Amino acid sequence: MAGLTYTILDATNLSTAEIYGRVLCDMGERYPEIVALSADLAKSTKIGMFGEKFPQRFFNVGIAEQNLFGIASGMAKVGLVPFVSTFAIFTSMRGLDQVHTDICYQNLNVKIIATHAGLSFGQAGTTHHCTEDLSIMRSMANCKVIVPADGIETANAVQAAYETLGPIYIRINRGFDQIFYENTDYGFRIGKAVQVAEGNDLTIIACGSCVYQAAEAAKILRSVDHINARVLNMHTIKPVDRDAILAAVQETRRIITVEDHNVVGGLGSATAEVLALSGKACAFEMLGIPDTFSIIGLHEDLMNYYKIDTDGIVEAARKLIGKEFEDDENWDDEV
Amino acid sequence: MPLDQQELRFLEDKANQLRHLCVDTVAWAGAGHIGGSMSAMDIMVLLYYKYLHIDPQNPGWEDRDRFVLSKGHAGIGYAPILADKGFIQRELLTEYNHTGSSLGIHLDSLRVPGVDASTGSLGHGLSIALGMALGIRLLKKSCKVYCLLGDGECNEGQVWEAAMAISHFKPCNIITIVDRNGLMIDGATEEVMKLEPFKQKWEAFGFIVKEVDGHNFKQLAEAVEYSISENSVPVVIIADTIKGCGIDFIENDYRWHYGGLDSDKISEAHKSLTAYYEKRIKGE
Ligand SMILES: Cc1ncc(C[n+]2csc(CCOP(=O)(O)OP(=O)(O)O)c2C)c(N)n1
Repeated sequence: MAGLTYTILDATNLSTAEIYGRVLCDMGERYPEIVALSADLAKSTKIGMFGEKFPQRFFNVGIAEQNLFGIASGMAKVGLVPFVSTFAIFTSMRGLDQVHTDICYQNLNVKIIATHAGLSFGQAGTTHHCTEDLSIMRSMANCKVIVPADGIETANAVQAAYETLGPIYIRINRGFDQIFYENTDYGFRIGKAVQVAEGNDLTIIACGSCVYQAAEAAKILRSVDHINARVLNMHTIKPVDRDAILAAVQETRRIITVEDHNVVGGLGSATAEVLALSGKACAFEMLGIPDTFSIIGLHEDLMNYYKIDTDGIVEAARKLIGKEFEDDENWDDEV
Repeated sequence: MPLDQQELRFLEDKANQLRHLCVDTVAWAGAGHIGGSMSAMDIMVLLYYKYLHIDPQNPGWEDRDRFVLSKGHAGIGYAPILADKGFIQRELLTEYNHTGSSLGIHLDSLRVPGVDASTGSLGHGLSIALGMALGIRLLKKSCKVYCLLGDGECNEGQVWEAAMAISHFKPCNIITIVDRNGLMIDGATEEVMKLEPFKQKWEAFGFIVKEVDGHNFKQLAEAVEYSISENSVPVVIIADTIKGCGIDFIENDYRWHYGGLDSDKISEAHKSLTAYYEKRIKGE
């Protein structure tokens, strides 16, 4: 989007949600049809920054998520572009019937920026962890699902969401993410993975806060183990970048997915679907929350506990690199 | 403007004609939500033939009034109106519920011209209508949003979330009507899940309540006009209705929430409707 570029200078000392709030304010200036809604989480999700700037165009509906998404749908129906923010758990579960029927089914131009996703609100306990949303939202027809790696990528995702017609779900974390991108100029496109490290020994496919961890893991693998790991930032879970996955199978034949989400239904599953349909053999590992309700703690501690941080990825890569999956190099007999 | 004699007669005739068409549609469909369609028919007829500013030639007209049928299962009562108005072809009704038809039990706003919201999951409509109303106000347009709810539907917490928010945001361009037929699927509302004191509930949420006979066009019209002209306090019209209204063997029997009619029952239903119409015309 011309004119709206953000750099590390904009991102330093800002949480991911604050960057979102800022971008939304900038967009609000340019696009009068943008309105914003929250359910008593204006401050926490930072959508309230838009509310302070454009009080007439901001609607806090109180703690009523079903009403929240219903109202957003009605606003989209009369031509506005609603941005809606509450926690991921209350978006993908408490208000899901409304997200499903009022927004996705009717293919409405509503942008949902769900915060405090994954284990990022770790200390709040499992009622506030959200490790199911990607699975749930991925199965909503019409809806695109994006997991930005950091604040800068969130800026890109939010702008791209405005430019793309139809329902979009963007999940971001609570608090500060490790800064991964220095500026917004790296060619972000919905549905197109970004290769953030080159390599042909194996591919690590990551999304969200796991992208930074994967890139760090690749550095260790390269210097310590002489393993050249390709790292893909799969920021769009739906539509997933099939071509990038197929190229990874062809060229590296070993894939690890890593996500701050249940291993059921998210990035790992999306990747596995592409793999299975391709008929190509591939050594494959999925890192994530192992289909359990997560323990309580700091985000970084939990990422370590569930082995979706640098250490966990390095360990999984070392295992995977030794795994036999095919006796010969003949691809013709594999389908 | 209140109804004059000629308008009243026109509405009576229209409602009668559409009740018959609804029964035919149930026959073509094999079965349908006949009870709740009959209770809502007069309300929908009044809105569609007296109040809604809409253009069947241009269903997407931006400045049109909106209608949200929150009790979406009454689609089989709503579709005949859309056909009569010219939004859809009348022949389509003969395919109601058939595989591949654009008309199913709950009408789809993307497939059926004239339908402003896809409903079916109860409790959603008032929130959607509120969103439309707030959007319309923000865009400085003068169109209105009409929303029709079922009474059983008011068990849903979301209805009260929306009511609270209407009181809070005061959009003033939303007309809320509840079809208070007293029945839901499993029985009487007061037995399945007590709604009374219903009026006081709405009042407690900040509404002015107009209780009217939902099969009396004059009373309904007065309440709608009151609601349109009241610009500071939200209004809800509680329309006292009869589930299955006009079909004697269906009236007030919760078991007729949804059902099929064989050819004997179809002619019985038509006969009953004709008798009902004649009674209404005579003012009985
Ligand atoms: C959320 C939801 N739960 C359950 C149903 C199934 N259902 C369809 S109609 C109905 C009863 C509705 O009663 P009421 O609102 O009084 O409608 P009416 O009697 O006017 O037909 C139910 C429970 C539904 N459509 N949506």
